[in-house]
Amino acid sequence: MSALDTTEPTRRSLSGRRVYFGDTLLQVVAGGAALAAAVLVGLIAYKLVQGAHLAISTFGLGFLTHNIWDPVHAHFAAGAFLYGTVITSVGALVLAVPLALGIALFLSELAPGWLRGPVSALVETLAAIPSVVIGFWGIVVLLPLMANHIEPALHSALGWIPIFGAPSTSGAGYFPAIIVLTIMITPIIASLSRELFLGVPRELKEAALGLGTTRWEMVRGVVLPYARGGVTAAVILGLGRALGEAIAVSQVIGATPYITKNLFSQGTTMGSKIAVQFLNATPPLEPSALIYLGLILLVFSLIVNLLAQLVVRRASRRLRG
Amino acid sequence: MSSAEISVFARPNDRLRRRKLVGRGVELIAWFAAAMGVAVLGVLVGYVAERGASQLSLDLFIKSQAAAFSVTSASQGLANAFVGSLVLIGIATAMAVPVGILIAIYVSEFAPRSVKPVVNLVLDLVAGIPAIVVSIFIYGLIEVGHGQTGLAVSYAVAVIMLPFVARSTIEILALVPNSLREAALGLGAPRWRTTLGVVLPQTLGGILTGTVLAVARVSGETAPPLVLSYVVSQGVAWNPVHALQTVPLAIYELGESGTPSDTALAWAGAFVLIMFILVVSLSARWFAARSRRKLGGSR
Repeated sequence: MSALDTTEPTRRSLSGRRVYFGDTLLQVVAGGAALAAAVLVGLIAYKLVQGAHLAISTFGLGFLTHNIWDPVHAHFAAGAFLYGTVITSVGALVLAVPLALGIALFLSELAPGWLRGPVSALVETLAAIPSVVIGFWGIVVLLPLMANHIEPALHSALGWIPIFGAPSTSGAGYFPAIIVLTIMITPIIASLSRELFLGVPRELKEAALGLGTTRWEMVRGVVLPYARGGVTAAVILGLGRALGEAIAVSQVIGATPYITKNLFSQGTTMGSKIAVQFLNATPPLEPSALIYLGLILLVFSLIVNLLAQLVVRRASRRLRG
Repeated sequence: MSSAEISVFARPNDRLRRRKLVGRGVELIAWFAAAMGVAVLGVLVGYVAERGASQLSLDLFIKSQAAAFSVTSASQGLANAFVGSLVLIGIATAMAVPVGILIAIYVSEFAPRSVKPVVNLVLDLVAGIPAIVVSIFIYGLIEVGHGQTGLAVSYAVAVIMLPFVARSTIEILALVPNSLREAALGLGAPRWRTTLGVVLPQTLGGILTGTVLAVARVSGETAPPLVLSYVVSQGVAWNPVHALQTVPLAIYELGESGTPSDTALAWAGAFVLIMFILVVSLSARWFAARSRRKLGGSR
């Protein structure tokens, strides 16, 4: 590098600023790295399409709607896994969103000063716990609890609602998967929302309070509308995380793919199916079908992230007026 | 209809009382939610600490897992997993950090205004791709027909780390005051010397903490080793060309096995992993807050 120090300016830019070889070099190398990241996304999509090609040409879009996974007769379809993925992710959102917004409101509006720092740190810490540890805790602690106490209790109290059907014997099923996913995405949504709530201009809040609103009315009338776009994006990102989680879900959901309203039934998601089956797949069709599942997950994740971006951009344009 | 009547005829005090009551109720729910969050963390860490700490021993770090499916000897340690994680995460970090820093330099120092959001979007997209999808991508890229290798795990983990490192570096570069760049350029320094010699050194602390946080984030990734480095022989091995055992995969397998000794070993592994992550990420956060204060001190 030091050899370049004495390099004479090689040419002048239009504005008359001297342009050094080192400048061009660094710009090209750094720009190349950024370009590589973009190429990476394309390459991932290309490799998955290539790997899934056999399954795509064999099963087409019917792969999404049928429900069969039969390695012996080489017939595969994703229906049950798609169902499991959607049910667990949506279920986790239903539990996580109110919880996360509550935590965010607490941290931004309610908590006494000395409590804010520590509780924020604890919430961030919860987000750092690896999914495999949550899943393992799920196997040892949560599943027996589910099978012996929670599920029978819910079934006898609320059994007339179809989602609280017959309890599973092992405890494994959609419901513990939803709980595990809730534990994973709540801190993500909470910490993002907290920052958004803290970003609401003080004058707006004080104006509302000055008009005689209660604290909750101020939150409902000022904070939530102001942060709505960002919070929606945070929720979408949480959804993306839940859709793609493979490990923790595979540990607690069981292995049998049932399409049923009963949340206590065993199930499987796309991610967990790939995780469990990928190295045991019977070539040539089964690995290709699993990569097809991966491709669907990739498409989901890209859509979810683009959607979040769109929402944020829309909201910031609205706020700027 | 009836609510209109109430609002007209009810005494103002009643309405105020109701509004305050609703407010109190919501505040109570928010307190409860925060307590839930902290309680869940407490329960999780509590279980892992209670069951894991008692399993800590020297053997855990110097003995390896018994061969798979062995009925004669139970596993006594996870040395092979610790070594494997160390090697593979180390290689991944060495790959992801330079590229991440370069991307950040491009975004904050060179990219035209119209390109910046595109690169940021790409980073978001990469960060959003599920680990299991990255894993089967790497499998398709280098492992088809070649068998399992630890290096593949490093590649996958590097892909997962990259957006974290790049984003945290972009953030920290944005904190470097522009006056510093202008001073260097004004003294006649070329752009590349300004960037590498003046701006970047200001951010080394921030980059380091960002890297450390990213390492903490990925050290528990289980999907890459599950798909890419599934191990049959369990001795301590250092060569990343071969499949190496890792801590998260060991926890996963031991947890599925269900025998008491395996479960105990899994708790021990989970305890060490969580302690590593907690200590590393909390201290990194502390350092980050400090270096941010130093950088942004003038504002």
